[in-house]
Amino acid sequence: MVKAEGVHKSFGRLEVLRGIDLEVQPKEVMCMIGPSGSGKSTFLRCINHLEKIDAGRLSVDGELVGYSQRGDRLYELPDREVCKKRSEIGMVFQRFNLFPHMTALENVIEAPTRVKGENRDQAAGRAMKLLERVGLADKVRAYPNQLSGGQQQRVAIARALAMQPKLMLFDEPTSALDPELVGDVLDVMRGLAKDGMTMIVVTHEMGFAREVGDTLVFMDGGVIVEKGNPRDVLSSPREERTKSFLSKVL
Amino acid sequence: MSAASAPRPEAIKAIPVRHPWRWVAAVAVVAFAAEAIYVVATAPDLRWPVVQHYLFQERIVLGAVGTIELTVVAMAIGITLGILLAVMRISPNPVMSTVSWFYLWFFRGTPVLVQLFFWWNLPLILPTIGAFGHQVNTVNYINSFIASILGLGLNEAAYMAEIVRAGIISVDQGQTEAAMALGMRRTQVLQRIVLPQAMRVIIPPTGNETISMLKTSSLAFITQFGELFRVSTEISAFNFRIVELLIVISFWYLLFTSVLTVGQYYIERYFARGGQRELPLTPMQRFRRMLFTFHAPPPEPAVPLNLPRAH
Repeated sequence: MVKAEGVHKSFGRLEVLRGIDLEVQPKEVMCMIGPSGSGKSTFLRCINHLEKIDAGRLSVDGELVGYSQRGDRLYELPDREVCKKRSEIGMVFQRFNLFPHMTALENVIEAPTRVKGENRDQAAGRAMKLLERVGLADKVRAYPNQLSGGQQQRVAIARALAMQPKLMLFDEPTSALDPELVGDVLDVMRGLAKDGMTMIVVTHEMGFAREVGDTLVFMDGGVIVEKGNPRDVLSSPREERTKSFLSKVL
Repeated sequence: MSAASAPRPEAIKAIPVRHPWRWVAAVAVVAFAAEAIYVVATAPDLRWPVVQHYLFQERIVLGAVGTIELTVVAMAIGITLGILLAVMRISPNPVMSTVSWFYLWFFRGTPVLVQLFFWWNLPLILPTIGAFGHQVNTVNYINSFIASILGLGLNEAAYMAEIVRAGIISVDQGQTEAAMALGMRRTQVLQRIVLPQAMRVIIPPTGNETISMLKTSSLAFITQFGELFRVSTEISAFNFRIVELLIVISFWYLLFTSVLTVGQYYIERYFARGGQRELPLTPMQRFRRMLFTFHAPPPEPAVPLNLPRAH
């Protein structure tokens, strides 16, 4: 589903990604851990072209992200194409980023109606089901600031799901939440994984990574240090750097 | 725990801090204001009957209508063009942002009075104007109204552009990212997500600009357009009651700005949707609530603090 080969990304002189190689299979749940500044979030943002990569190849579903290749030449995709590809990938942010001037329902139906041109009633019907699925059927008319952090994040997940994505990216979805609200959000994500959604999850929730993840990737300094079955990596890490990181967070 | 079963301590009834200087200041201000009003009202050569005569006189009322027309049309041009210029300014297209930059440089860099006079005199240098072999006489199109709204509107657009840009910048970057991640196009993101949120920042200074425009429109007297100031000078050139007519038009200007101030308050409330958890009551709602709770017992008078008795 996602394939990265030698992906590099710099911000000015700072090289954030220094050669990322990985592959995510359909229906796989990949969790990414690592110290802050290790490049996890940047890599996630490269996947839906919120950031442009400088070198290497990155493809989703067999198609290059942000470019088209004819012969051995790369052509930048026009805005319209980039938007279309983004619409097939859902993203959930650390700070929720719900649209504060819209109710929960309006947040969820905004993209289906505007981007896909879906009929409003039909979109609302699906949105209600999605909000029910994330346990917020009674908060349909609430504005984001009337919701707790955990509820906002669940609306954000419903908003991403409304586009019927083939891939979901989670950028530290529980890091901005009070501890007692984390569980609800993780439950929703667990359900998604069970339903066969392909997911890449940048997280600090080791329990979630162990229980739900198919693969665990440990990143540090812009490279993948270690990758493997979550249980193995968490209980018996091979690399020194993984060991020292885990000893600090576990 | 025992805390829950313990009797609730008596509510605090404290004597509020006294503010004697507030009373002193209030008396001083009232005395000064009364004196000032008295001096003006009894000025020996001020003819109040003249003020009264012209206050609602037809020519003045028509001038007031002219002022409103100029304000509304010039602000409409200013806001529309201002939004366009702001969007151009932040556009990734270098041609757009450069054009916008030069527009602002020019129209903010020259006095609005000069611009008004320029449009009014445009036919002097451009007797005809046209394109693709089709020419029209400028004089037929540049009348005093057109010259006035061009001068005021185009100048206003430059200031509105900066206000709108400030509003756009004030919206959290995460909003744009979330919208883009959903696949929304740049224009959709701007229209549906960023601009509605930017309105909260844009509206107060826009209200300010509208009130300012109401008064700046008096500069259009130079195009001979019949707005309040022009009418008043025409009348006083005839009867020499200059100050009386200034009082008359000041009444109208104050009336209009008061209405605008109230209007701005309600527009701000509308765009505060989703902002504060609960909006404060409007003065009207507060007034109504006061009427209905009029029969409620008045707050208890302050009594000395009841200290718990020592054992």
